[in-house]
Amino acid sequence: MVEVRRSSTAHTGDVVSSSPVKLDVRNLSIYYGTRAALRDVTLDVRQNEIFGIIGPANSGKTSFLRALNRMDFFVPGMRVEGSIVLDGKEVQEWRNVYALRRRIGVVFPLPVGLPMSIYDNVALAPRLAGIKKKSRLDPIVERCLQRAALWDEVKDRLDSLGSLLSGGQQQRLTIARALSQEPDLLLLDEFSIAVDPVTTMRIEDVLKDLKQELTIVLVTNLVQQARRLADRTAFFLSGELVEIGDTAAIFDGQVSDDRTRAYVEGRFG
Amino acid sequence: MFESSDLNIRNRQVEKLWRLAFLVMTVLLILPVLAILGVLVYKGGPAISIDFLLTEPKDGMTAGGVFPALIGTVWLVAVALLASVPVGVAAALYLSEYAPDNWLTRVINLAIINLAGVPSIVHALFGVGAFVLFFRFGTSILAASLTLAIMTLPVVIVATRESLQAVPLAFREACWNMGATRWQTIRKVVLPNSVSGILTGIILEVSRTAGETAPIMFTGAAFFLPFLPQSVFDQTMAMSLHLFVISTQVPGVPEALPYGVALVLIAMVLAMNAVSIGFRMYLRGKKKW
Repeated sequence: MVEVRRSSTAHTGDVVSSSPVKLDVRNLSIYYGTRAALRDVTLDVRQNEIFGIIGPANSGKTSFLRALNRMDFFVPGMRVEGSIVLDGKEVQEWRNVYALRRRIGVVFPLPVGLPMSIYDNVALAPRLAGIKKKSRLDPIVERCLQRAALWDEVKDRLDSLGSLLSGGQQQRLTIARALSQEPDLLLLDEFSIAVDPVTTMRIEDVLKDLKQELTIVLVTNLVQQARRLADRTAFFLSGELVEIGDTAAIFDGQVSDDRTRAYVEGRFG
Repeated sequence: MFESSDLNIRNRQVEKLWRLAFLVMTVLLILPVLAILGVLVYKGGPAISIDFLLTEPKDGMTAGGVFPALIGTVWLVAVALLASVPVGVAAALYLSEYAPDNWLTRVINLAIINLAGVPSIVHALFGVGAFVLFFRFGTSILAASLTLAIMTLPVVIVATRESLQAVPLAFREACWNMGATRWQTIRKVVLPNSVSGILTGIILEVSRTAGETAPIMFTGAAFFLPFLPQSVFDQTMAMSLHLFVISTQVPGVPEALPYGVALVLIAMVLAMNAVSIGFRMYLRGKKKW
């Protein structure tokens, strides 16, 4: 029923196809009450790749991300079936979901600058993890803001409110905050929806750099963004994984399902 | 080119009419408040003095001041708050942040709504049965304040829950995603951003508690007691009951006296409200998102 194509032909996929598997998802189904948001998805994400997920609204992309960091724990009525193995360990069996979530950074569609200072926004996760000393927090805050390409713009006003930054700045603040928990998996959910094109390109450059250090799952409704960034791309449609393959191959038309070609070429979606 | 059609003109006339109707209703709302205040100041004003505030009633409550009643009301309100605020805020936190959406939660919510609708005299009788007799607190500040606390709990819970729910879910999710527990999220993100609303609700609650008469009548407030209470197990006078007593139960009270008492009581309540409004304005100025 679900056509899974594991392509390892030439193109960019070569680099990552040799990497170890970071995230191994088998027969994942997600339900809200009795409604299925995602049905029987099997895929793997490899170390240090950007894994793109494209698909129109209601295709199950966000639900997929929620399942990865066990947000079903907080969402009433959400039920997850199947297996998600992160670094060889089944996430449903992690006793400490909080420790699991600390390893997974999440960036939402709309930037969420928490109503506290820029410094406190980025220091929140380290503080939650028990780091109290300013001498230890300062370098973390600076490093995360720098990696998120925001440091130069805010270094003189770290005490001003994070929620009063511009949309693009807030989204980079959100990324800095996600990095401050030192994740090894970064989930981005349509991060550029509320961000101007210039900032989007800056963030995209940041992501390309971050790929050296961590693994990124990028959910996007911008097909071209997946083309620019993703090593491999999966196409979700109505809760079904239609196709998965090397990004270059998919955008070259080497697809096994006509729906993928139609979506990538912008004929629906 | 832009000539009004008949329909345009009629719409505009109807618009004006409705606007006027709403304005009139709003102005009518202010009238009783102004009238009450005016009468109280006019008739009770002459009775007010520093002596009136700081001496006890004399000559069978036909003269003298309101000092014991004033202090008694402060006692009653303070003890009632000590009981209702921790319970109410904790319950609201549970209902807003922890409770799953199941039948138990719905029953609790229904109970809170019903508790808010119970007449104060019924609360008074409950207070007599539960606190005065069953727990053997006797007629005391403790019994009266606990009765007031039970009566005001729903308001504290509802005000707190609304303040908590005004904090966007996205803030919580951002925090949870960092690996925060629910309590860490509440402490770092939810409470700092809802405390203004919670405090405003509590202050408004104080002003209501101060004016209640029925719940304290049988549970702890005394007709006449020229001493100040020494502990929560003493009886006490209270402004609201004192007003009721000298207005209806004591013959030969000069007319200015009850008006004076009412003026002091309403001034207390309005002062509380003013503090609450000022506080709200201050915090709204600091609104962070």
